[in-house]
Amino acid sequence: MFAFILRRAGQSLIAVIGLLVLVFFLSRLTGDPAYLYLPLDSSEAQRQAFSEAHGFNDPLVVQFGRYLIDLTRFDFGDALSRNRPAMEVALEAFPQTLKLAVIAIVLSLCLAVVVGSLAAARPNSLFDKIASTASLAGASAPDFWVAIVAILVFSVGLGLLPTSGTGTALHWIMPIFVLTLRPFGLLVQVVRGTMMGALASPYVKTARAKGVNRSRIVFRHALRNSLLPVITVAGDLAASLVNGAVVVETIFGWPGIGKLMIDAIVRRDFALIQATVLVTAIAIFVLNIAIDLVYARLDPRIRFETR
Amino acid sequence: MTGPHLLEVKDLTVDFLSLGGAFRATSGVGFHVDAGETLVILGESGSGKSVSASAIMGLIDTPPGDICAGSVTYRGRDLSSLSEGERRDLNGRRLAMIFQDPLSHLNPVYTIGWQLEEVFSVHGVASGAEARQKAIEILGRVGIPEPEKRIDQYPHQFSGGQRQRIMIGMAIALRPEILIADEPTTALDVSVQAQILELLKKLQAEDGLAIIMITHDLEVAANMADRVIVMKSGRIVEEGEARAVFENPAHSYTRTLITALPHADDGAAARPARPAGKPILEVRNIDKFYTLSSGFFAKPARLHAVKNLSFDVAAGETIGIVGESGSGKSTVARVLLGLNEASGGEALFHGRDVLKMDRRQLLAFRRKVQMVFQDPYSSMNPRMTVFDIISEPWRIHKDILEKARWRDRVTELLGLVGLNPEHAKRYPHQFSGGQRQRIAIARALACDPELVVCDEAVSALDVSVQVQVIDLLAELRDRLGLAYIFITHDLPIVRHFADRVIVMKSGEIVEHATTEEIFRNPRHAYTRQLINATPKPKWQTAADAA
Repeated sequence: MFAFILRRAGQSLIAVIGLLVLVFFLSRLTGDPAYLYLPLDSSEAQRQAFSEAHGFNDPLVVQFGRYLIDLTRFDFGDALSRNRPAMEVALEAFPQTLKLAVIAIVLSLCLAVVVGSLAAARPNSLFDKIASTASLAGASAPDFWVAIVAILVFSVGLGLLPTSGTGTALHWIMPIFVLTLRPFGLLVQVVRGTMMGALASPYVKTARAKGVNRSRIVFRHALRNSLLPVITVAGDLAASLVNGAVVVETIFGWPGIGKLMIDAIVRRDFALIQATVLVTAIAIFVLNIAIDLVYARLDPRIRFETR
Repeated sequence: MTGPHLLEVKDLTVDFLSLGGAFRATSGVGFHVDAGETLVILGESGSGKSVSASAIMGLIDTPPGDICAGSVTYRGRDLSSLSEGERRDLNGRRLAMIFQDPLSHLNPVYTIGWQLEEVFSVHGVASGAEARQKAIEILGRVGIPEPEKRIDQYPHQFSGGQRQRIMIGMAIALRPEILIADEPTTALDVSVQAQILELLKKLQAEDGLAIIMITHDLEVAANMADRVIVMKSGRIVEEGEARAVFENPAHSYTRTLITALPHADDGAAARPARPAGKPILEVRNIDKFYTLSSGFFAKPARLHAVKNLSFDVAAGETIGIVGESGSGKSTVARVLLGLNEASGGEALFHGRDVLKMDRRQLLAFRRKVQMVFQDPYSSMNPRMTVFDIISEPWRIHKDILEKARWRDRVTELLGLVGLNPEHAKRYPHQFSGGQRQRIAIARALACDPELVVCDEAVSALDVSVQVQVIDLLAELRDRLGLAYIFITHDLPIVRHFADRVIVMKSGEIVEHATTEEIFRNPRHAYTRQLINATPKPKWQTAADAA
């Protein structure tokens, strides 16, 4: 297993370096930061001095070389817009995103497994029809719309929940609800589909011939077999949440990494862009390894092959 | 015997509902079984034999199934009136069932120990360490070596025969009174089949089990049965004491089945070898390795699938290649057709090495050498009509036949394999397995081959159909001067068909001789084992023992 993680880490390192190269050069296409950070009436000389001070006048290759050398010392540069180390800012925002993402994905996964399994166990029942309709609606509703309507109803209309920001437990309710909805809808559909297949499988017939009761057949025999595709989809969804739910964070004023990344791009804060991308890239790399390990845990045949 | 039978099925009629309407799976089926005896339900695919068994276990889902009439009584108690809880209590404790394909019938993600212990825990007999101890005992009883070690392994880590032993262990764990065995040895090699049948008999003698055995295999049936019922199209056509039915069948269908059986030791002579002409295919020292995926740092392991294989095929000659699963016989076929690369050796077709041909040469070569596959269900594109399937070679090799003559030639080919011209418009799913294999043969014949490689071409077919297809192949050989490489796991089947037989084991040829020689005087122990693996009728073995 250790060898496996090591190999995956090696592969991911190559991907991360490629990503950093891309981000470094692309971000510099957004324009000259001097125009943003200096007053509108600043002179050409002042702008030159600003660029010179931050090293933007050097050829791109030199800048990139300096960036790589700094990286080896774990120096990720200063965030122009905040006058603080970029990595410090990124690592401050990331936990806020991570908390939301973990809660949303765990919640949607648990709910979807229960709802999807019960729907599959009684196909075409009333429960199944309601579950299918609700999950389809959840999967297709655009999150920005749900977020705005939720603010309209619960904050503006009923005055029950705060519109944005953090602080109290009440602040968490709407972002989590909005972020859970789509994964929940998608996952219910996946769980239902794979569970139907698992329940029609020969080993379920064996379990019935052994006298195993229905709920044990669904939740012990069939569930573990049907979880693999579910984990794949859930992993994808989790990756998009860890990436920062940009829209939702922006609407609810949530100080997460998605919002930070957008702010950094808008402000041409190159160091901050690079720091946020690096943090999320590493997070997604860890997530992927975790998914592979969950896979191996669920299906002994996979464990056997990696040996 | 007085009083009710242990288990009795009366007038069972089961329909399956589909969009096309109701399909009657069984119609007025009745039988019974008592303690310590074996009832065999014999029938070909679609005869309704499995449906009858599923009805006893309450495994028919309604819908789509519909039990229209009839009853199943166990010790005088009607099972249709059971609640779900009562049914669960009965299944596993009193009635148990094993199935054809043990790999898919065992849950792949749990250890076999978990699955065995479950039988005890769901019936409240034992749990925890006690259940584990009982599971280990059961594994020992069904003949799994080192049960303490192997109990924590998963189904994929066992061989096919061992998996079936584990299934049997799960079934007999609570010492049930009735065991239903649905084609328990069909997916297994003949030598393993004999061991499983022995195990079932041993357990029956020890526990006084009543066994209901479902099979399409007459030899297995004769080996196990005290009584037999023969089913066809959902009805019982014949029933009685096993010996009476087999030696003196009353119904014409049973007679057809029994005469269709190729006997390894029947009086008729094997096909006499004919003087071989000039070889068209010369196989020299072929080797094939597969590299197995392995750990990160470990050296890649190699599986030696075919070792140093040499033989010739002359024009118009039939070579039977016989071996059990894993013997490398199918790999030989794939290598010879250039579907897999060989690791070494050469295969000269009219003096040119098939293994070194480029794409263009291979295309020309494949015109002359065609293949018929095992599974006529999956080896044909379901969205192509029979006409498209048979004429496809002419689309590829444009010089064989001008398009205007395609229709006539398809009609001619269909006639040659015993089908009607109007079949050309239909799709594969509208045919039975035997008819599909005829279509596959017609497709193979479309480009006038010299050599046809048949890879288990009749293994998926019912016995009576197997004979028809082999007869067809033999007739085509004589009419068209074809040569065959006929690959099979079933040695008796080549007795009247092949000129020479190659017996393979673990990738090597263990015996290579004329068919007559192989059957009359098998030199290698393994060949003898294959010939004798055919189960003997129970009345004979009982007489031998006495």
